[in-house]
Amino acid sequence: MNLVVLLIFLLLLSMAAYWLGRRYSMQQVAGDRRQLHSMPRYYGYYVALWSALPAVFLLLLWQFLDQGLIVGMVAAELPDIICNLPLAELHLYLNDVVNLAKGSITSADVDATMQAAANHFKHLQTLSDMSLLASLIGMVVAGAALALHQINPEFRSRPRVETLVRWMLVISASIAILTTVGIVLSVLFEAIRFFQMVPVTDFLFGLHWSPQVAMREDQVGASGAFGFVPLLAGTMLVALIAMTVAVPIGLMSAIYLAEFAGQRLRTWAKPLLEILAGIPTVVYGFFAALVVAPMLRDGGSMIGLDVSSESALAAGLVMGIMIIPFVSSLSDDVINAVPQTMRDGSYALGATHAETILRVIVPAALPGIVGGILLAVSRAIGETMIVVMAAGLTANLTANPLESVTTITVQIVTLLVGDQEFDSAKTLAAFALGLALFIVTLLLNVLALHVVKRYREEYD
Amino acid sequence: MTDRIKATVKRGQVREAIEQSLIRRRKRNRRFRMLGLGAVILGMLFLGMMFSSIISKGYSAFVRTDIQLEIYFDPEVIDPQGARNPDVLASATYGKLVKAALRKAYPEVKKRKGKRKLYRLVSTGAIQQLRDLVLSDPAIIGTRKKLWLIADDDVDQYYKHGENQSRLKGRQLAWMAQLRAKDALKTSFNTNFFTAGDSREPELAGIRGAVVGSFFVILITLGLSLPLGVAAAIYLEEFSPRNRWTDFVEININNLAAVPSIVFGLLGLAVYINFFELPRSAPLVGGLVLTLMTLPTIIIASRAALKSVPPSIREAALGMGASKMQMVFHHVLPLAMPGMLTGTIIGLAQALGETAPLLMIGMVAFIVDIPSSILDPATVLPVQIYLWADSPERAFTEKTSAAIMVLLAFLVLMNLFAIWLRRKFERRWD
Repeated sequence: MNLVVLLIFLLLLSMAAYWLGRRYSMQQVAGDRRQLHSMPRYYGYYVALWSALPAVFLLLLWQFLDQGLIVGMVAAELPDIICNLPLAELHLYLNDVVNLAKGSITSADVDATMQAAANHFKHLQTLSDMSLLASLIGMVVAGAALALHQINPEFRSRPRVETLVRWMLVISASIAILTTVGIVLSVLFEAIRFFQMVPVTDFLFGLHWSPQVAMREDQVGASGAFGFVPLLAGTMLVALIAMTVAVPIGLMSAIYLAEFAGQRLRTWAKPLLEILAGIPTVVYGFFAALVVAPMLRDGGSMIGLDVSSESALAAGLVMGIMIIPFVSSLSDDVINAVPQTMRDGSYALGATHAETILRVIVPAALPGIVGGILLAVSRAIGETMIVVMAAGLTANLTANPLESVTTITVQIVTLLVGDQEFDSAKTLAAFALGLALFIVTLLLNVLALHVVKRYREEYD
Repeated sequence: MTDRIKATVKRGQVREAIEQSLIRRRKRNRRFRMLGLGAVILGMLFLGMMFSSIISKGYSAFVRTDIQLEIYFDPEVIDPQGARNPDVLASATYGKLVKAALRKAYPEVKKRKGKRKLYRLVSTGAIQQLRDLVLSDPAIIGTRKKLWLIADDDVDQYYKHGENQSRLKGRQLAWMAQLRAKDALKTSFNTNFFTAGDSREPELAGIRGAVVGSFFVILITLGLSLPLGVAAAIYLEEFSPRNRWTDFVEININNLAAVPSIVFGLLGLAVYINFFELPRSAPLVGGLVLTLMTLPTIIIASRAALKSVPPSIREAALGMGASKMQMVFHHVLPLAMPGMLTGTIIGLAQALGETAPLLMIGMVAFIVDIPSSILDPATVLPVQIYLWADSPERAFTEKTSAAIMVLLAFLVLMNLFAIWLRRKFERRWD
């Protein structure tokens, strides 16, 4: 049954419960609300929460289990010939049964057994829907009755409602933890399974990456090597190019806008630069692949250089453009945080504007700037779409920016787009790469925070 | 600065030496200043280059080329029995009508190869056009009509951009010249681009499916991340005791905001699809993944909004006898809400432009149908851009740019709304 419809139904019921609870509490004191411990609406909330929350839990649990249970029951009723099929085929068959029952297309021909099983499935499904509805209504009524029973003028409904709300807030705040745990566990588990197939040392120190696992023994070029080093080198090369573009431009524009520019230019130029940060990365990827890469190739061939059409340079340059506002806004913050007295002191000693900036302001802001740059590096390493669209697929161990390299993120995408089998090293390798990426970016972030905290100069 | 002025300066020349060094230093100052200005201008230049290249490539996708042909609605082809049965009318081979019309317009084309080239001038979408015409008005059968039919993408590119942009050759170019001389070619607004789903034929491909998919994904992200994010922020800012656990939560949120988006895709793949067995390519899963991604942004923005509400408001509420919960929900939250919404919109704008995690959960398939629920296979606008950017046909390049323009328009609207919200409701507490 439709989840949304049921949820709306429950919402309506709990609104009715709210009204009941409120009215009942007022009845208890014959309309004199001063005799109640809490305001009448808190009695309403109390009843509504008791009626709705258990029912919602049941609904979600049911949604989660119901399909599996029904399919299991259908499978138990199937004739022996089908039950004895290998597991994968049985799954396929059951899938077809479900599809047939729901009126979708089946992959195999429909025969009498399958039709019977589908009918059985439909029957069970209706049964399940009916009993869900019945037990939901039962839950709502029971919850409301229980809550109403407790209501009397001395009943402290407000503290109880508030405790419940507080718990809901705690649960919401813990989702962030759950997400981190989810990321770490899911990536870690699959990565461990990968390392059972491929030794960790091969992964970390291998110089060769070609994840195609051989189907046949004699297949050409299907060595199935999982060496991480070329990917790391490619990632670092692209990130390095990006940073050589982003750091000077970002830093200089932050300095100019904070120290030299007039109010008018600042109010215009800053938001314009920030636009660069808001453009989706897929747009940068398109720009890199269709504008910058051909431009570099043509320019290269004009001066006799052989530039690959998927060069690291194109991806790195465009990624650098993307990171400019990141560097500039972080540097802007720390430059503005340097106290005015230090500037005034420097001017009073006769230093020029540029000397003040280079010898007083930048050294004072340095920890913040370095922290910002580290964050920018972590952004560059994790960036996906630009490199997927503009960098290559083959793993080259090279430091030449004109050649094609591949990166960690590109490989994750290529390994996982399309069919995935969670028992092949090829798919699991993506999770090992994801783990590496997660660890590297996490370390960079921790390092950035540490640099900012440890070396920050405290003024006044 | 003393090291610059050499110790060899003689007594009477100190003033001159200082003046000279001043000139040098001022020059350096100017140079430094110019360097800064150059950096700003360079940044703007990149921005301008991107926008101009995308607009110049993409604006032409909003018009399409039509070819005028005289179509004879041959009853023999459409409805041999003459019963006007809608099923028969719907399944007739309208392609034959187009071919007959082309043959009639160019009787000199005799050879099979030539004919095949001739047929290629008109898009396969013309068949759909004719079918719709006949179904809406069966009386048209048996008549002759001059109709504007959708041209093939090669014709379209040639007509809009000239010879060098097209794959047309030799005789096809001659036919085009004839058509142009007869005024049988025109451009019209490409409504198809906004009303159709994806297609392998560039002239028929549209963004409707992707826009609807994006809408579902963003709706789910909003519905989940706004309440969760606001609740988490309220707890952390107003209720949580300062202890190790809350410090840990805080560090976690800050770190999550910096985790690469593709890692969230891996999480979605391993947890939602592999473990919970939710359907692949569904907007539901996309929304769930993007919720986890936007949550840190929303929490951080909401906490800042809560922090900006002055303590006097809280103290006044408590002083009047409100409970802590009442103080937060009746007084602090309404004042912080505009700031929270601004942060949410900015987070959603990020989610709208996000591509990488959605590739992981299979929203990258070629999907023609427009999704009608959150469980239907769908794709989103950025992924559609990625898919089209990968297509070899030249005509898809302009489609890609046009789709980017639409995406950017949505993002600009969202950001403007956020700015408006902030301007309108921002309060300064002094």
